[in-house]
Amino acid sequence: MDDDDVFKALADPSRRMLLDRLCEKNGQTLGQLCESMDMKRQSVTQHLGRLEQANLISTVRRGREKLHFINPVPLYEVYERWIRKFEEGRLSLLHDLKQQLERNKK
Amino acid sequence: MTDKSASFVYVTFIRTTPEKVFEAITKPEIARRYWGHENVSEDWQPGSSWQHVRTDEARTVDLVGEVIESDPPKRLVISWANESQKDDPDQYSRVTFDIEPQGDLVKLTVAHDELQPGSGMLNGISKGWPQVLSSMKSFLETGQGFDL
Repeated sequence: MDDDDVFKALADPSRRMLLDRLCEKNGQTLGQLCESMDMKRQSVTQHLGRLEQANLISTVRRGREKLHFINPVPLYEVYERWIRKFEEGRLSLLHDLKQQLERNKK
Repeated sequence: MTDKSASFVYVTFIRTTPEKVFEAITKPEIARRYWGHENVSEDWQPGSSWQHVRTDEARTVDLVGEVIESDPPKRLVISWANESQKDDPDQYSRVTFDIEPQGDLVKLTVAHDELQPGSGMLNGISKGWPQVLSSMKSFLETGQGFDL
């Protein structure tokens, strides 16, 4: 399980859609997810397997049901490594702009 | 009856030992280094209370609850409520930490359930847990947590 798995798992529109479905309603069964996907049950199962392998979803058995939960932890790690840096740049840009404008006012 | 059907399950794999993960949750001097908070309890035994205390000067207590189950270093179950809502039993949710070794990694599963759909707490934790768990992983693997 590494970054490669995460990016590969995300590089598929059906898998991203499955994550969207879980964002809307967390903790769904395979049956529930199949209802909202225009796709064979077997394909949904395969996609869920890839997502679980990348740790983007986790599953919990509750009685006879297996529930699927979105697991955003690896996404947060991607954010922390690849996105936050750029946001900081933007924030410091805003900060500089504010200072510049305020200085001009004086 | 209050609807407390919302739940989340978070998983992270950390290159460390179950003991270190358990300590990272329950030892204030460790939690403060990656969580921005300390989790404080007298003995972390079932029935004891715990508090989630900010590490600033004011030492604000943000969350309170009770230890429900404790089996170090494998499992910890606690109740969880905003300090400001501590007198309302409906506001208490439940957090379960499961810690299991998997090869040279430790699988940490945090299940947060008995949450009210649409509640402020639900909103807060859906952002909060991924940050905290990523930061814990980074801290245990590299000695450096994130700025939370």
